Amino acid sequence: MFDLIKYKNLFIGFSLLMLVLAVVGIFTFGFREGIDFTGGTLWQMQFTGKVVSVSELENYVKTNFGVENVLVTAGSENGVMMVRTNELSEEQHQNYLAKMQQDFGAVEELRFESIGPTIGAELKSKAIWAFILVLFGISLYIAFAFRKVSYPVSSWKYGIATLICLFHDAIIPAGLYAWWGSMRGLEIDTNFVVAILVIMGFSVHDTIVVFDRIRENLIVQKGKKLGEIINISVNQTFARSINTTLTLVIVLVAMYLLGASTLSNFVLLILVGSVIGTYSSIFMASPLLTYLQNK
Amino acid sequence: MKAKNLSLFILVLILTVAAVFFVYPKAPIGGFLSQYMPWRLGLDLVGGSYLVYEIDMTNVASTDRDSVVNGLRDVIEKRVNLFGVAEPRVTTSRAGDAYRLNVELAGVKDVKEAITQIGETPFLQFAEVRENPAATSTAAKEEFIFSDLNGRYVKGAQLSFTQVGLPMVNIEFNDEGAKLFETLTSKNIGKPLAIFLDNNLISAPRVSEAIAGGKAQITGINDLKEAQTLVERFNAGALPAPIKLINQQTISASLGQDSLQKTIWAGLWGTLAVMLFMVLYYHGLGFFATIALFIYIALTLAVFKVFSVTMSLAGIAGFVLSIGMAVDANVLIFERTREEIKKGLHKVSALDEGFRRAWTSIRDSNLTTILTALILYNLTSGFVKGFALTLLIGVVVSMFTAITVTRNLLKLFYPVK
Repeated sequence: MFDLIKYKNLFIGFSLLMLVLAVVGIFTFGFREGIDFTGGTLWQMQFTGKVVSVSELENYVKTNFGVENVLVTAGSENGVMMVRTNELSEEQHQNYLAKMQQDFGAVEELRFESIGPTIGAELKSKAIWAFILVLFGISLYIAFAFRKVSYPVSSWKYGIATLICLFHDAIIPAGLYAWWGSMRGLEIDTNFVVAILVIMGFSVHDTIVVFDRIRENLIVQKGKKLGEIINISVNQTFARSINTTLTLVIVLVAMYLLGASTLSNFVLLILVGSVIGTYSSIFMASPLLTYLQNK
Repeated sequence: MKAKNLSLFILVLILTVAAVFFVYPKAPIGGFLSQYMPWRLGLDLVGGSYLVYEIDMTNVASTDRDSVVNGLRDVIEKRVNLFGVAEPRVTTSRAGDAYRLNVELAGVKDVKEAITQIGETPFLQFAEVRENPAATSTAAKEEFIFSDLNGRYVKGAQLSFTQVGLPMVNIEFNDEGAKLFETLTSKNIGKPLAIFLDNNLISAPRVSEAIAGGKAQITGINDLKEAQTLVERFNAGALPAPIKLINQQTISASLGQDSLQKTIWAGLWGTLAVMLFMVLYYHGLGFFATIALFIYIALTLAVFKVFSVTMSLAGIAGFVLSIGMAVDANVLIFERTREEIKKGLHKVSALDEGFRRAWTSIRDSNLTTILTALILYNLTSGFVKGFALTLLIGVVVSMFTAITVTRNLLKLFYPVK
C-alpha cells in the first residue's frame, strides 16, 4: 500500500511551490485583459484581394481610423487579420470597412465585436463574483454534505480542505496561462473565467470521492488513526480518481486536436486544470485534513 | 420486480428510438419532424449578430419604466421580424439602473441593414413653444418645452397628401394619448405646437382649436419615401424611448460553419474513445455503460431540441464535456462493484452494493456541478449562458442514464453465473 501520509510534506510542499510559482507568474507576466473586460473592438477580417502584412495594416489603421490603441495580429489562415482597437461605433465600423474595401480590394468581414466600457466593467465584476461564489459555494456544500461525520474530523474541516484545493486548482492553471499567454499574446476573457470555474467544478469531484471514502472508513474501520484511514481511503479510490479524470481528458484531447480553433485555448486550460485538480484531490486534499486536525 | 424492470426498459427504448429519429437531421422520419422543429443554432455557428442596446430612460418616470421596456421589446421584435430572421430573440435585462435590450439575430444576411433598421428611431415628441420675441438670436426666440406626449401613445399611422400634393402622415393616438393631445392643444390655442422626430424639429403648426378624438397630422416631411417609412415604423410601433447600441458581436456565416463541423467531429471521436476505454477497462460492465452513454447522448440532444435550447459553439462544447463526465458515475459504480467482488460478494449483490455505496459521491459531485452551472448561468450573458445550460441539462440527464438506465440494463441482461 502506498503510504501517502508518510510523504505528505513532500506532496503538499510541491503544491505549495507550484502555487507560489503561479502567483509569482501572475504578478510578473500579468494578464492582458481582453475587450470583454476593458471595452473595445475586436475585428477579424480576411483579405482575399491584396496581401497585407501586420505592420502595414497596423499603420493603415492608425492613420486612417484615428484611433490610438491598435493591435493587429495575423490569424492562422491566409489573409486573416485580427484588429483590436478602442471601441468603434457602428457608423465608424461601416465607414472604415468601406474604406478598406476601397483600398485593399476584397475584404471579407469574419467577426466584429464592439463592447462598451460599462459592459466591460460589468462583465469583469460578474466574473469575479462568479469565482467567489463557486469557490465558497462548493466548499460550503462540502461542509454541509459531511455534516453527519463530525467525529473525529469535524465537517467544516472538509470544507476548508476543499476550499484550499479549489483555490490551488484555479490559481495554478491561471499562473500557467499568464506565462503561456505572455509568450503567445493571449488575453484573458470570459472564456478564461468560464474555464477556471469549470476546472473548480470538476476538480472537486475526485476530492468528493476520496472524502466520501474517508467518511465511510471512519465508520467501518473504527479505532484506526486518521492517517491510517486516509491512506486506506486514498489507495482504495486511486483507480477511480484517475479513471474519472481520464474519460474527461479523452474528450478534451479530442476537442483540442480536432475541435474548433476558437475553443482550443479554452479546452487546453480545462485539460491542464483537470490534471492539476486530480493531483490535488489525491495528494493534497486528505493530507490537508491531517494538518487541520493536528491544530 | 422483473416486470417492472422490463417496462422501464421498454419505455427507455421507445424514448431513445424516438429521440434518435427526432434529433438526427437526415433520418427519414426525423426529417419530417425536423421541419416542424428545426435545430436552433446559435449565431456563432450560423453567423449573425448579437446586439445590446441601452435604453435612455432619462425622460421616463420611474413608475413607467417597466412598461416602456416591454413596449420597446415588442416594437423591436416586430421590426426584427420584418427582415426575415428565422428566430429572432429579443430579451430585456437590467444592470443596476441601466435597462438593456438584447437582440439576437441568428442567420441574418445583412447585419448592417438590420442594425440600421433597429436603430432608426421614429422617436416622436411633441413640445410646447414659448415664444420670446424680445430675444435677438433665433435660437433664443423660441423655447421648446417637451410635453409628456410622444411616440409611445401612437396607435397607428396612415399616409395621405396635402392639397398641394405633399405627403402627410396621419397619426392616431391611443386613449391615453388622445387625452394628452386634447389637453395639450387646448392649452396652446393660437400658439404653435412643435413636432420633433428623432430630435429634429420637423414642423410647428399653429393650433387653431382643441383637438379631441386623438388624431393628428404631421406635415413637413417632403420626401415621399421618408414619409412612407415613417408610417411603416409607426404601424410597427414607435420606440417609446431612445436606444443606443453599446455592444455588438457579429460573426460571419463562413466562420461558424467550419467551427460546427469540427466540433461535432471532435465530439464524435471523443465519445468513441471514451466508449472504447470503458469496454477495454471494464469489459462486460463497460459495454453496458457504453449503451447507457449512447442513450444519454440521444436523450440529452432530444431535451435540447424539445426546449429549443440554442446550440452555440460554447453550448456544444459544454455538451461534449458532459459526455466525458456522464460515464464518471459508471466508473464509480463499477470500481465499487469490483471491490465488493474481491471481498467475496456474489456478482449480483456486489452490483447492488456498488450502486448503493457509490451513490453518495455521485450525488455530491453532480450537485457541485449543478451549483457551478447555475452560478455561471446567472452571472454570464450571451454565448456562455449556452455553455452553462447544456452542462446543467447534461448533468441532470446523466444522473438518470448512468444510474437508473445502467442499473436497469444490468438487471435485465447481465449474465449472472
